[in-house]
Amino acid sequence: MTTLGDYLFVSGTLFAIGFAGVLLRRNVIIIFMALELMLNAANLSLVAFSRFRVSASGLPNYHAQVLVFFIITVAAAEVAVGLAIIVAVYRARRTTHVEDLNALKF
Amino acid sequence: MNSLLPWSALLVPLCASALIVLLFQRARQVSVFISVGAVLFSFVCSCLIFSRQDIAAAEIDWINFPGLLHVPIGFTLDRLSKTMLLIVTGVGALIHIYSIGYMREDDGEARYFAALSLFIFSMLGIVLANNFVMMFIFWELVGVSSYLLIGHWFMKDAAADAANKAFITNRVGDFGFMLGILMVWGATGTVIFREMAPRLTGLATNPAFLTLAVLLIFCGAVGKSAQFPLHVWLPDAMEGPTPVSALIHAATMVAAGVYMLVRVGFLVQASPDALRVISWIGTITALLAGLIATQQDDIKRILAYSTLSQLGYMIMAVGLASGETAMFHLFTHAFFKALLFLGAGSVIVALHHEQNIWKMGGQGKNLILTFVSFSVGTLALIGFPFFSGYFSKDAILALAYARQPVIFALALFTAFLTAFYMVRLFVVVFLGKPRSQTAFASQESPTTMLVPLVVLAICSLLGGYRFFAGRFLALPEEHHTGLVIPLLPLVAMTAGSVLAFLLYRGRATDPLNLRALRDRLYLDEFYGWIIEHTQDALARLSAFIDRWLIDAGAVRGASSATWGFGTVLRLLQVGNLQAYAILFGFGIVWVIYFVIFR
Repeated sequence: MTTLGDYLFVSGTLFAIGFAGVLLRRNVIIIFMALELMLNAANLSLVAFSRFRVSASGLPNYHAQVLVFFIITVAAAEVAVGLAIIVAVYRARRTTHVEDLNALKF
Repeated sequence: MNSLLPWSALLVPLCASALIVLLFQRARQVSVFISVGAVLFSFVCSCLIFSRQDIAAAEIDWINFPGLLHVPIGFTLDRLSKTMLLIVTGVGALIHIYSIGYMREDDGEARYFAALSLFIFSMLGIVLANNFVMMFIFWELVGVSSYLLIGHWFMKDAAADAANKAFITNRVGDFGFMLGILMVWGATGTVIFREMAPRLTGLATNPAFLTLAVLLIFCGAVGKSAQFPLHVWLPDAMEGPTPVSALIHAATMVAAGVYMLVRVGFLVQASPDALRVISWIGTITALLAGLIATQQDDIKRILAYSTLSQLGYMIMAVGLASGETAMFHLFTHAFFKALLFLGAGSVIVALHHEQNIWKMGGQGKNLILTFVSFSVGTLALIGFPFFSGYFSKDAILALAYARQPVIFALALFTAFLTAFYMVRLFVVVFLGKPRSQTAFASQESPTTMLVPLVVLAICSLLGGYRFFAGRFLALPEEHHTGLVIPLLPLVAMTAGSVLAFLLYRGRATDPLNLRALRDRLYLDEFYGWIIEHTQDALARLSAFIDRWLIDAGAVRGASSATWGFGTVLRLLQVGNLQAYAILFGFGIVWVIYFVIFR
């Protein structure tokens, strides 16, 4: 029997992996993918909460599921904008490595 | 009975002044005519006012906040102000006439007469005012016209400086005067003299407040009547034309302080402590000025110090709680001091503007009429029996004898000094041999200058007698002093005169040479030193505040604080995306910690 704790553990692991990816990888596209991973970790925990918080009438809590759809939609939009920015940066700078994109310092 | 007379007496000189300034600057004859006409008109009005018992004038409501402040423009028409009206317009008219001759060759004649008319207007305003605010306004106007007239020859640095000095010194006193007026208003709720007296009873419970208020009001008199320690402007004011010195700085304006104190006598006499201070200030002024006058060489300066000394006598009388005595001396002094100044002016003109007495001498033969009238003035001033000064000065001395023996002794010594310096002046200028080329060839002045001399000489002869002065003044009651009063002043006067006569007869230079008195007891230098040092100290203080608190603290402090924070904060701006992400992560953890665990 899988409990809410198991789901949250998986979700936390996914989030940690994603965060590590964001911190450690050098390629912007990989960092982007790691970000998506963090978003999906959040989605997973929301769905788990929905599943395990059943109301008195036997129905799951749909608020969390609605929130998940929002996140999926916003993530899709974010991917569109983000990839476009990455393409633009690549065209301008001929690189997608973050240590080369350091113009914003004093 | 309402009458237009007071209004016309007051306003005609103002109109004359405005007319001259606006239309007749170029036309000298016309401006002289207008100005002299205006003052004669005022004199006639004053005579008519004086002759009517129950005269009154319409009042204008100027400021009126019911229950709080009521300032009308209205007139006090009692015996005191009627007499002052006569003195101001009478002596004023004579001096206007004298000025026709004296200023004949001056380029600024029109300007001079405009200022003179303005002065008559302002002085009449002080005399007629029935409340403190109106009096203060005219008080300042008198200051302005005095400034204009002292600085008449403004191309001369000394005259311009003297005008400034007079004005600024007066401002010091007037500031106190204003505070005093405000205090009295605050305590009684009114500025009108007539309404003030009955409300004073409430103040009797707070004598310190009353004393302070009276002393502050007295400050105004100290400035205007040139009492110690604000007396320094009057001798310098002699840079103005001589008729101005006679009218403003001897007969009328400087007497305004005395007049004001007598006008609010009920207030002044309510505070015994203030009276004590006032009488001592008067005594000190009389004594100091008398001492300094004995060693001056400029004929007008001697007379100026003599004026100071006589004003000291008047203030002394005010301080000894006898306004009548003060007014009596003011009355006689106005005549004989104006006479002396005009006589001096006549000598000065005859000698082509030579003012040093050691370059005169022997003028008794050349200027006979001036000589005679000047002798009358001198005798009146030193208190020679049966001249006007004899009566009024003896009245003051009798008063002092009855009230304060120490002040009496000092006043007696001042009487001795008065005789000494006046006889010195008289002997050196009029007797002996001429000591310069111009003194040989001097000629008597024009008639317009001599007529006022004669009229004033007659007034100086008669001014002290009861049948003459009693018409104009409430004379002081007689003090029973036995033989002391006619005798002791007589001895002092004789001693001073004889001493001066023996000492100065036939001399060509001053046998006495007292540096300290010659240099006016170094009071000017002392004031200069104080002002310089306070100014330096203030400058140093404000430089410190500016340099260290404002520049270093506020201005540079703000900029270096911004710089400092910037320097620290820009260490965080490394330009590395992942460093930002880690900081961002820490931030989140910190926020979560605060939201959930605290």
